[in-house]
Amino acid sequence: MKYVLKKTASMLITLLVVSFLVFAAFALIPGDPATRLAGMEGTPEQIEAIRARLGLDAPLVVRYGRWIAGLLRGDLGSSYIYPDSVWSLLKGTVPVTAALALIAFFFTMLIAFPLGVYTAKYENTIPDRIVTVLNQVIMAVPPFLTGVVFSALFGMVLKWFTPGAYVPFSRSASGFFAYLLLPAFCIALPKACMATKMLRASMLEESVSDYARTAYSRGNTVDGVMYRHLLKNASLPVVTFLGMALTDMLVGSIVVEKIFDIPGLSSILINSISNRDYPVVQAAILLIAIIIMVVNLATDLLYRLLDPRIET
Amino acid sequence: MTAGRRAAAVCVMLAMLTVALSACAGDNQGSSSGGTSASTVQDTGTGTASTSGDDGEGGSGTQTSERSSITIAIPQDIDSMDPHTAVAAGTREVLFNVFEGLVKPDENGNILPAIASEYSVNEDGTVYTFTLREGVLFHDGTTITAEDVKYSLERCMQEDSAAFQSTLAPVTEVNIVDEHTVEVVLETGDTDFLPILTTAIIPAANEDTEGNPVGTGPYRFVSRQAMQNVVLEKFEDYWNPERAAQIEEVTFKVEADVNTLTMGLQNGTIDMFCRLTTEQYEQLASSEEIEIYEGAMNLVVAVYLNNAEAPFNDVRVRQALSLATDAQELMDFVLDGKGTKVGSSMFPSFGKYFDASLADTYALDTERAKALLTEAGFPNGFTFTLTVPSNYDQYMEMAPVLREQYARIGVTMEIQPVEWNSWRDDVYGGRNFQATIVGVDASTLTAAAMLSRFRSNAHNNFVNYNSQAYDAAYAQALAATDDAEKTAAYKECLRILNEDAANVYLMDMPSFVALNKRFTGYAFYPLYVQDIALLKPAQ
Repeated sequence: MKYVLKKTASMLITLLVVSFLVFAAFALIPGDPATRLAGMEGTPEQIEAIRARLGLDAPLVVRYGRWIAGLLRGDLGSSYIYPDSVWSLLKGTVPVTAALALIAFFFTMLIAFPLGVYTAKYENTIPDRIVTVLNQVIMAVPPFLTGVVFSALFGMVLKWFTPGAYVPFSRSASGFFAYLLLPAFCIALPKACMATKMLRASMLEESVSDYARTAYSRGNTVDGVMYRHLLKNASLPVVTFLGMALTDMLVGSIVVEKIFDIPGLSSILINSISNRDYPVVQAAILLIAIIIMVVNLATDLLYRLLDPRIET
Repeated sequence: MTAGRRAAAVCVMLAMLTVALSACAGDNQGSSSGGTSASTVQDTGTGTASTSGDDGEGGSGTQTSERSSITIAIPQDIDSMDPHTAVAAGTREVLFNVFEGLVKPDENGNILPAIASEYSVNEDGTVYTFTLREGVLFHDGTTITAEDVKYSLERCMQEDSAAFQSTLAPVTEVNIVDEHTVEVVLETGDTDFLPILTTAIIPAANEDTEGNPVGTGPYRFVSRQAMQNVVLEKFEDYWNPERAAQIEEVTFKVEADVNTLTMGLQNGTIDMFCRLTTEQYEQLASSEEIEIYEGAMNLVVAVYLNNAEAPFNDVRVRQALSLATDAQELMDFVLDGKGTKVGSSMFPSFGKYFDASLADTYALDTERAKALLTEAGFPNGFTFTLTVPSNYDQYMEMAPVLREQYARIGVTMEIQPVEWNSWRDDVYGGRNFQATIVGVDASTLTAAAMLSRFRSNAHNNFVNYNSQAYDAAYAQALAATDDAEKTAAYKECLRILNEDAANVYLMDMPSFVALNKRFTGYAFYPLYVQDIALLKPAQ
């Protein structure tokens, strides 16, 4: 419990640092939201009026203070560009990105565990070699390339899938999940390959350990030893990896969401950056930071539960 | 002990998963049961309009079989639903269908009476009198009044307001003569002011035009989802049956990704897109489902030069650059040979003002260009930087071709791509550049829209052009009440720009519109608008 508290405290500090960095970064990059709102033919008076309305005339530190004060009250502010509050823009996108990442995560496990155990069991056989080589190749292919290739293959050639025909959850839950399958698969592929490779190596390492030999000498079958004894210990490094992979998938979904035209957190982030809609960008980045930290914390906790030897 | 721990671990994991999943589901259901989803602008207006819960996101082409509907892709989200505060050209083409002014343009460049049924201009062009059309209804069912007209125009005349339109600056007052008559008084006479009065008329009673846009156009606002779409539907009580909407529902879908867009056009999730790249054009030209309409972009693409800064403050240097430029070669390389050469700040769709002969005054002549450079004190050429807004592929592709052309006269051109925001702030706003390539369009169908910026004291004279002869010719055009005299004066302006080689004028680019063959009737406007009411389902 003490551990969780300590972790939470350090998370809050990290968040504060992240929030300030994001805030400062946007003060430095070119492009002023007021000039964007005033348009190409905006007069200096108009720009000044807009700056005053948005509170942009105050110094950076004051603006940061106002923003933090708002956050503490649970108010993320309103968008510069849209007549909506930041939260109303963001809240619809979080579940979409989360669903995408979770499906991808599910795919990763679905592929990695059976394949990892299988290749470890049949080490150096022809199927193992084929899988290992394929793994190496696929690992090197970034999700956006798979995304483009898959949407061309399944969308244009085979016509199993209609790129761009995203269905919101509110209209049809099955349509929503069906649309997310292919993008999730693109995100999952390289991670699944890495996890497979990792599990295989880890299983092989464990299989020559003393306890494995003891288990065999007690007359256990190969399968029995593998599933009951080796898998749990071999999973440890893989769990850490999967934790990192999940956060990676959240971030990696940025490009894939763009390719498949999914209105998730990443698409709103990209749009808001080019719009110079700072309140939305700041909130989105903060949200992503929180998600990543929570996932990391969860991984740590899970790790401890799987291996009680680790100090809490 | 270990068994207990394991059970605890499983419980914790399950609990976390449940919470995570139910959070997703909860959010989504919440938004669906509300009828409109989270970010949709709620219709809080006077109560007659209902949003009916149909957001029409994506794929609507296959789902609504009875109501005719069309999905039009737009590359950027619109910047505002308020016609007076909206500034992006892409927004204008959407809002054109929702809002109307006292008068409105048609596809042939005529200015037709709209909310006003007739108008008269006094002799010196200082007073425009409009008679309001009987019984024109706003989308909320109220009848338009003279107060609404006065309110709308005055809203755009306040200088510190976001709604301020510099084009309306010459208006000194808007008077209500009687219930059906409104008078617009100008500071100085301008017989060419009518196209400015296409400014949208909105109800004075509406306090939230951004969230609840109400106009008089053939389409009315249904819903908007930030960064995703804007949905319009046919306005049944439109005043002009001849130009009433024929497609019931229109979804403008934001789609920035070129590949998704091309695929969407091919597989029918997108029915129309208005600015195909040359590459997309080639990909789609053979498609059986899609008709491609070819027109002009209606802009003047040029290498805009900072006339205040050396070396471009010397007319001979500017002329030398113009003589070294081969616009045809640019079009061959980048635009598949399509496009129309322009020799000054006017594009061909303007008809009477456009002077095709100016396009040839600087025919390629590298010898003369070199001679001029020597005369100007640059026998060995010079080096300059061309700033290119990197979001425009065509300009990025033209830049290296230009660099080769200038190398032929010993001039070294460095290419500096910048992001659009920097371009707008530093080049256009800050005038901090040597040369830049960009297209300039007209916001209204007036010669002034193209030419007023080159007056030496114009606030948007980003090229710092300064010529007394030009200022005089422009003032003369403005003052002229006779149309022939006015046209001649504007043409003189164009000739001066050309003679001074204020900029290296290149071309008006071709514009390709892809439309699914389920629809017909597309027509190009000489302005940057899309008139959806002209489209109809193919028989």
